Amino acid sequence: METYEVIVIGGGPAGLAAAVSAREHGIDRVLILERDKELGGILNQCIHNGFGLQIFKEELTGPEYAKRFIDKVEELKIEYKLNTMVLNISEGKVVTAVNRDDGLFELQAKAVILAMGCRERSRGALNIPGYRPAGIFSAGTAQRLVNIENYMPGNEVVILGSGDIGLIMARRMTLEGAKVKVVAELLPYSGGLKRNIVQCLNDYDIPLKLSHTVVDIHGKERISGVTIARVDDKGKPIKSTEEYYSCDTLMLSVGLIPENELSREMGVDINPVTNGPRVNESLETSVEGVFACGNVLHVHDLVDYATLEAQNAGRNAAEYVNKYNDNSSKAVDGAEINIIAKNGIRYTVPEKININRMDESVIVRFRVTDIFKNAYVVVFLDGERIIRKKRLIMVPSEMEEIRLEKAKLAAHDQLRTVTIEVEKE
Amino acid sequence: MYDVIIIGAGVTGAAIARELSRYKVDACVLEKDEDVCCGTSKANSAIIHAGFDAAHGTLMAKMNVAGNLMMDQLVKDLDIPFRKNGSLVVCLSEDDRPKLEELYERGIANGVKELKLLTKDEVLEMEPNLSESIVGALYAPTAGIICPFNFTVAMAENAYQNGIQFSFNTEVTDIIKFEEGYFVKTNQKEFRTRYIVNAAGVYADKIHNMVSNKKIKIVPRRGDYLILDKDVGSLVDKTIFTVPGKMGKGVLVSPTVHGNLIVGPTAIDIEDKEATSTTKEGLDDVIKKASMIVKDLPLRYVITSFAGLRAHEVGHEFIIGEAEDSKGFIDAAGIESPGLTSAPAIGVMVADVLKEKMGLALKENFIAHRKGILNPKELSLEEQKKLIREKPEYGTVICRCETVTEGEIIDAIHRPLGAKSLDGVKRRTRAGMGRCQSGFCSPKVMEILARELGASMLDITKSGGASTIVVKRTK
Repeated sequence: METYEVIVIGGGPAGLAAAVSAREHGIDRVLILERDKELGGILNQCIHNGFGLQIFKEELTGPEYAKRFIDKVEELKIEYKLNTMVLNISEGKVVTAVNRDDGLFELQAKAVILAMGCRERSRGALNIPGYRPAGIFSAGTAQRLVNIENYMPGNEVVILGSGDIGLIMARRMTLEGAKVKVVAELLPYSGGLKRNIVQCLNDYDIPLKLSHTVVDIHGKERISGVTIARVDDKGKPIKSTEEYYSCDTLMLSVGLIPENELSREMGVDINPVTNGPRVNESLETSVEGVFACGNVLHVHDLVDYATLEAQNAGRNAAEYVNKYNDNSSKAVDGAEINIIAKNGIRYTVPEKININRMDESVIVRFRVTDIFKNAYVVVFLDGERIIRKKRLIMVPSEMEEIRLEKAKLAAHDQLRTVTIEVEKE
Repeated sequence: MYDVIIIGAGVTGAAIARELSRYKVDACVLEKDEDVCCGTSKANSAIIHAGFDAAHGTLMAKMNVAGNLMMDQLVKDLDIPFRKNGSLVVCLSEDDRPKLEELYERGIANGVKELKLLTKDEVLEMEPNLSESIVGALYAPTAGIICPFNFTVAMAENAYQNGIQFSFNTEVTDIIKFEEGYFVKTNQKEFRTRYIVNAAGVYADKIHNMVSNKKIKIVPRRGDYLILDKDVGSLVDKTIFTVPGKMGKGVLVSPTVHGNLIVGPTAIDIEDKEATSTTKEGLDDVIKKASMIVKDLPLRYVITSFAGLRAHEVGHEFIIGEAEDSKGFIDAAGIESPGLTSAPAIGVMVADVLKEKMGLALKENFIAHRKGILNPKELSLEEQKKLIREKPEYGTVICRCETVTEGEIIDAIHRPLGAKSLDGVKRRTRAGMGRCQSGFCSPKVMEILARELGASMLDITKSGGASTIVVKRTK
């Protein structure tokens, strides 16, 4: 069986950055397996700009951002296979995949990097009652139809959910001559980035109705309208607030779900909050030598952060393989310390830290459970508070981060848990 | 002039067509939708019932038991996904126990084999995820689960192979008697036939009443369902019913033959024969009732919901046979649950009626077998490798959730009575039926449909008619 040192599952932004990073850290045999017909993943259909501000300090479109990494992959002669679906990864890291040229094949990896990305939550998962006509699209599917296939999904659009893809599509459809009548959001706050609300809705006078949802879908063959109602603080529709909107298209932008079917099958522990693998400071999952990064790990707001995370995963996978090749002990002394998300913190990535293995510092990314104004992010080492940082505003739709210093953790005798929470003023 | 026109290409019409195709006969199936299996047959519990539910002596009971007994051979002959998983009717209170015993007695009278009454402990040992409040159950090992789409498709394809014609998008608007038979007027053209079979589902009353003065009434009885992800498909192994009430068998929880979990249905009588819209109340009711059967129903795994319409005849009995006042007009009406199970037996019964009346002779060259769409997942690794070498389209996975290849989709489009729409492909191959609900694969399936049918993307529909998916090119 052919062997690679690192096999990266997925050739989107995370997979590309991870592969490049693994190569740059001394790994010769790196292979990317991509299910679509080209590298770049979902960036290829994100033809708007706003990518790269963190990493390149300039504004790029999605395809431009992807190209920088694809060029790097070509330059470093990293191998990749397109139109290739990974069917299974065994616990022993045998990757089974299929495509039309190689047929069904198996490859042995020393390390695996999971970078499969995520899928969109569908109408079915929301239990929206009504008919099931044509004309209901998840925002990403509509985006693909418009930007890749160059077809318009409809002329009169209602959008449910204020996730970023939905906001971007509100503007895109408007620019293509469609009428976007309203964006309804179940929660009392937007699910997307502030800048997208301004640039994609406000600039085009598209109303955003917070605390509203679709309660009925009309039309037997093609959708003819939806009923929207206000919801109470538990998300339940309030009677007699129903309003009818005629439309030929309903777009859903109601959340993204990491695609971890392969991970689950190979026995990787999944965090039910993120739907992504539980990882340690090295972004290694519960299966040794299997790393995860990008939207398969947790859903990111900005591709830049997915890239940074993926570079880290690539480097750690390289380190793992180098140790493997040296045949030295893979085990590192010292116990793993749990990071506990509490009081206003929904989750953290990573969830565990091994002080002996960590760099001088590690960035912990997290999301809050609600909107907090003038609150503090506090970090406790067992009972001792070591960080208390003020934030003017924190919202669930924007990822937050905090840096933990190795020196501080190491100085704490017999450290058992790190707790991160929000403290209100 | 046809010998026989069958109105309706649901499971009943398809079963009748298949049985009739054993004989030398010139017959055509008229279907108002663009495909087979577009009405009641596509939206139901997908259960092959054992046969203890219908009252002893009824046609329903007889057809149910007979249909169940035919299933093993039929699924083998026609390559239909089927699993005999058995069913349990659970009893949630001591007060209902007599009803359970009544079902047992009725089952025995109806001729159902292997029935057994189980104690609470026996039930929980068999199905550990059921509610602790269960007091006992009736176990029927002969019940099963089936793919209702490929069940219908398979019988229709086989009928077609054996010479029965099909005319889709053909809605019957009127039927007029003449000396030798009937004029069947449709939105397409006029057909002439000696005999008519009415297998029109929820519209069977409309069709019947065009001809007969002995009016019948079919009330669409809506049922809402939820489908859960395959991750929780093994929550139960058997089909779990509760003790039935006046409006039907109550809410069931069951694995599907493809490994999902199905929960439902409700039972609401409505007027509109096309009103397959779910309601919040209906879905909430399903959840509430199912939660009484199983511990911790994993609702976050719901991937879709739908509603189906049972063709409920007000007398709650199958109406099968020649209409009293209309010679040559054969009804197969009021086919509600256990209609899916009964279909093969109804097929035989109606074909026998026609054989007798018309003096039909058997064909010498009847093809009894039909091969379904090749599913590479059912092959060994070596066979899969060989297949992809010979036909590379089986190496391209189009639907990632259900691992459906381009080869399977092309087969679904080009086989007899092939798929013409996204739903047609979905029902035959499961592309788009998985957890992302076609988010990723629908643009790809549209492209394949357009390419294989020589159509424009603008003409590709979800399910025929006006259900187009894209409306124009971008600027």
